[in-house]
Amino acid sequence: MSQDSSNLSAADLRTSAGRRAWSAGARWVFALAAVATVLVSALIIWTVASGAWTFISQVPFDSLTEIGWFPRRGLFDLSTLLVNSVQISVIAMLVAVPSGFGAAIYLSEYAHPRVRKVMKPALELLASVPSVVLGVFAISFITPSILTSFFHEINFFNKLAAGIAVGLLVIPLIASISEDALRAVPLALREASSGLGARKVTTSIRVVLPAAMSGLMAAVIVGFSRAIGETMVVTIASGGGDTSLFNLALTESGGTFTSAMAALGLGTDQVAGNNLAFQSLYFLGALLFVITLVLNMLGDLIVRRLRNKY
Amino acid sequence: MTPEKALMTQEPDATAPEVMATAETVASQHPRIDVSGAAATPMAANRADTQTVFRCDDVHVYYGDFLALRNVSLSIAVHEVTAFIGPSGCGKTTFLRCFNRMNELIEGARVEGSINYHGVELYQDEVDPVEVRRRVGMVFQKPNPFPKSIYDNIAYGPRLAGAKRSELDDIVERSLTRAALWDEVRDRLKTSAYGLSGGQQQRLCIARAIAVQPDVVLMDEPCSALDPIATGRIEELIAELKTDYTIIIVTHNMQQAARISDMTAFFSVQANEMGQRTGELVEYAPTSLIFTNPEDPRTEAYITGRVG
Repeated sequence: MSQDSSNLSAADLRTSAGRRAWSAGARWVFALAAVATVLVSALIIWTVASGAWTFISQVPFDSLTEIGWFPRRGLFDLSTLLVNSVQISVIAMLVAVPSGFGAAIYLSEYAHPRVRKVMKPALELLASVPSVVLGVFAISFITPSILTSFFHEINFFNKLAAGIAVGLLVIPLIASISEDALRAVPLALREASSGLGARKVTTSIRVVLPAAMSGLMAAVIVGFSRAIGETMVVTIASGGGDTSLFNLALTESGGTFTSAMAALGLGTDQVAGNNLAFQSLYFLGALLFVITLVLNMLGDLIVRRLRNKY
Repeated sequence: MTPEKALMTQEPDATAPEVMATAETVASQHPRIDVSGAAATPMAANRADTQTVFRCDDVHVYYGDFLALRNVSLSIAVHEVTAFIGPSGCGKTTFLRCFNRMNELIEGARVEGSINYHGVELYQDEVDPVEVRRRVGMVFQKPNPFPKSIYDNIAYGPRLAGAKRSELDDIVERSLTRAALWDEVRDRLKTSAYGLSGGQQQRLCIARAIAVQPDVVLMDEPCSALDPIATGRIEELIAELKTDYTIIIVTHNMQQAARISDMTAFFSVQANEMGQRTGELVEYAPTSLIFTNPEDPRTEAYITGRVG
């Protein structure tokens, strides 16, 4: 042993120059990948922001409060799109939160491990249904087969069907995040509750749900962001046209931020150069971006305030 | 003992005669007590007069196909501290969790044999485990307060049992006082229980358990996560609570068992040819006897520190 080490020369501990260069180069390859991502994000923000600035600096302000959203006629009523977006997202949450939480409680608290192993992936499969399919589902099933039996006069394209379809889309997202939050609640808390003579349903509602509150709120906020940003379902089921008259009726059609952007972005109406219609696309994009950002920050704040260390 | 805590009033009247009957037969239930104990020490002689809370006959516990604990028969006397000691894996915690049917929360757990609680067979279909757990409370190894305020932690059980809002303040104060925690937390009842130290949290858990006025308190190594000073306070508390409650405690600490318990059960573990380790009861006797004059060589080896 001691003889071996005395025979060691510096050459044995040296490495080849190529290997050294590769080690140093790898660092730059990975750094480039990271920087590229940030750069693309910055580029998007800059494009959207500059387009939105063009719009906001040139648009007559009284055209922002008009009878509806008719970009090619220079009528850019924002409240129309905002109301429709909020209405559809709220309907979606009314559908997705109860069923998502319900599914999460079942999977986390009641389901046998074998059942959960099959059911959770099945639930997440719903998330992989393309949104265009759900949009078609809304106009081919939800409206004609369900809604027509409740409402005598309902537009073929309507916000209610769009909201329900977006809700279906968001269920697996909310269920999956909530289930993770519920499962993170330590078993010891459930045992403490059972040990005091609480039934399973009481333990779930009074101990596990409050303990997981921060995660559940996160699920709701992520779900809402997803709903307000959903484009295809809404475009197909409610706001297919690029124009929209202000209305509050859920049985009527109505465009949202996203569907209005989709309609403008398709470009088939040759909106470019026509008033400020094309620039309004960027403005809507910027607005949506800000709304989502504020929602996420709000969510972060709520989550941090409710956070429990178990 | 306060009148409302009397065991008899907590049970349906029909079972009352049976309680007396079981009490009279305690002494003959266990040969160890009968043969040497009853004659040798005054304490054991008294056992014929004490009431029996639990009487276990030939209890086996399985997890799936695995036999975790075999052939346990013993009786637990009212208002005594009974300690379960033994090496890891000997089934003492498993056995403890039989008394309030907590084992049922584990998938595949099964109890065979008879556990009789004040004359009522615990493991029969008619018995609702939830009702059992209201009478047989539990304190766990690691303090596990709810992520709620100190007040809401204590009020949790009474609220479940339907206590009125007007009674809660009293219950909270009484329970915390009983658990020797009131003076330390009276000014911050509405703050999170997580602001308390480990020892305080464990006393909170004891207060939470006794807030529902149980008959028995099961303690599963309640001091194992605590420092010696906090441990000392819990031990004082146990000695004090004994006047109102029957206490069964699992402990790894033999000195602790010797200090606080009236009766001690020593469990051991044996592996079969397939390597499955099954626990069994080796010896059950008054604590003073177990630690001075154990009958079984395995008990002696364990308490003198030669094995385990």
